[in-house]
Amino acid sequence: MTEAEQAESGAVTAPAVELHAVHKSFTARRGTVVALADVDLTIERGEFVSLIGPSGCGKSTLLRVIADLLQPSGGEVQVNGKPARRARLDQDYGIAFQQAGLLDWRTVQANIELPLELHGVDRAERHARAEELIELVGLTEFARHRPPQLSGGMQQRVAIARALAESPALLLMDEPFGALDEMTRERMQNELVRIAGETGAAVVFVTHSIPEAVFLSDRVVVMSARPGRIVNVVPIGLGARTDDTREAPGFYAAITQVREALRGLPVPQTVEVGVSVENALRNSAEGAL
Amino acid sequence: MNLRRVGVTLLPPIVFGVLFVGGWQAFVRLEDVRTFVLPAPSDIWHSVTEAHSRIVTAAGHSGLNALVGLLTGVILGVALAALAARLPILGGAVTPVVAALAAMPIVALAPLLNNMYSPLSTLPRREVVALSAFVPVFFNVLRGLSQLAPVHRELMQSYAASQTAVLRVIRIPNALPHFFTGLRIASSLAVIAAVVSEYFGGLQDGLGSRITSSVGASDYPGAWASVLGSVVLGLVFYIAAVLLERLVLGSRATSPV
Repeated sequence: MTEAEQAESGAVTAPAVELHAVHKSFTARRGTVVALADVDLTIERGEFVSLIGPSGCGKSTLLRVIADLLQPSGGEVQVNGKPARRARLDQDYGIAFQQAGLLDWRTVQANIELPLELHGVDRAERHARAEELIELVGLTEFARHRPPQLSGGMQQRVAIARALAESPALLLMDEPFGALDEMTRERMQNELVRIAGETGAAVVFVTHSIPEAVFLSDRVVVMSARPGRIVNVVPIGLGARTDDTREAPGFYAAITQVREALRGLPVPQTVEVGVSVENALRNSAEGAL
Repeated sequence: MNLRRVGVTLLPPIVFGVLFVGGWQAFVRLEDVRTFVLPAPSDIWHSVTEAHSRIVTAAGHSGLNALVGLLTGVILGVALAALAARLPILGGAVTPVVAALAAMPIVALAPLLNNMYSPLSTLPRREVVALSAFVPVFFNVLRGLSQLAPVHRELMQSYAASQTAVLRVIRIPNALPHFFTGLRIASSLAVIAAVVSEYFGGLQDGLGSRITSSVGASDYPGAWASVLGSVVLGLVFYIAAVLLERLVLGSRATSPV
C-alpha cells in the first residue's frame, strides 16, 4: 500500500495492532481451557515484536486472534485501526507459518503470486511484483523451481515473500524458522531484519528461542501458560544488527533480561531482579501485568 | 548411461519371464501333463497364431465395452466425489453405499443385469464395468478433495478466499494424483469386469465369450489363447492410464512402473 492509499483509508496514524482485554477460551470435553486471559498490547507501525513463552502460553493463539483466524471470546482486536475481520478481508497483513505451506505443483514465482492471483491482480503486475519479491529474498535463480527442489530455508524465504506480496503493513509469523538448522536460522534472521527494515512492515513474531526474539525485536513480549497472559514486555535496543551483534555485550544482557522474565513466570506479580524499573513501569502503564 | 538404466530395469523381468515360460514348457512336456489340465506354452502360442485375427476382433469388442464403461464410471466417480466433498451431508449418505458396493463382487451382478436387457445388448456389460471402475475413482478422488492441510486452510482463510477458490487452487490440484491412482486401479478392473461379465451369456462377441465357448468345445489351448488376449488388453488399458498420468502430472506422477 502506498502512503497515499494508507491516508485514504484513514489508517496511517493507527497502530499496527491494538489489543484490549483480549480473552480466549476453548471448550473441550473436560471443560473450558483459558488460552488467553486479559491481554492488552499495542504494536506501533513498523515495530518488530516477538511473543515468547513456554508451550501452551497462547502465543500462537494470540497470533491467530490478530489474524482473525480465531475469534476472541472477549475483548477488542484492532489491526491497522480496523476490526480484525475487516483487516483480514482488506489483506492488511501477510502471514507465514512454521510449515512453509507452499503448493508443490506451482513454481516459486507462481507460489508468490498466489495471493495476488486470488485477489484479481492482473498478470503483468503479478509477475513484476513477484520478481521484486524474489529478488528481495535472494532467490532470483530459483524462480522457476518447484518447492520440493528447494531446501527448508529457501522454502521459508518463498513463504515470507508470499506473505509480503500485497505489501502489508503487518507481517504475522508463527515460528517460521522453527524447523530450520541453527546456521540457516541465523542467516534467515539477518534477512528478516533487513526485509522488515526495507518494507517498513510491523512484525509480530512467535518464537521459542530467546536469542532469536532478542536479535529480531524492538520489544519482546513474555507470556506465561495456563492461563496464557502477558507477564512482561522487555524493550530491546540493539540498533542496526549484523552478525557481530550476536557477540555484543548488549545482546547477552538483553538475553539475560528476557530469560529472567521467563523464569519469573510462576509469580508474575513480583518484578524480578534484572528487569529494570523502567520496564516494570512500562508494563504497568500498558496494563500488561 | 540411460541405455544401461533401461537394461537394468528390463533385464530382471525378461529373465524371469523366459525362465517361467521355459519351466512351464519343460514341466508340461516332461511330466506329460494332459492338455485339459494345463496346455504347454507352445500349444497356446499355436492357438494364438491360428486364431490371431479372431482374438483381436474379440478383444476389440471387449475393449470397447471396457472403455465405454470405464469412461462412464470415471465421470460418475469424479462427479459424485466432487458433490460428496462439497456437501458433507451427501457425502455421509453416499459413502457407506459405495463402500457396500466395493465389498460386493460387482461381476456377480452380470447375470442379473443380463436379464434386464435384450440378449444382444452390450449395455449390461458396460454397466458392470462402469460400476467396477466407479468405486476406486470415487474413493480416491473424494480423499484427494477432502484433504486440506491445516497450513493451507489457514493461509486461504487469511486470503479471505472463497470455497470455490480453495477448490480451484488447492483441492483439485491436490486431488489429481489421487485421481490417477484411482484411474490406474479402475483401468485394470474395467478389463476384468468386461471379460468376466461375458461369462454369463448374452452377446457372444468378446474375449470372455471365446474363453467359455473354447472350454465348452474342449479347446483348452484356445481358451488360454483368449486369456492371453485379455492379459494384453488389460496391460494396454493400464499402460494408457500410466502414460496419461505421466503426461498430466509430470514429476508428480506416483505410478510405480
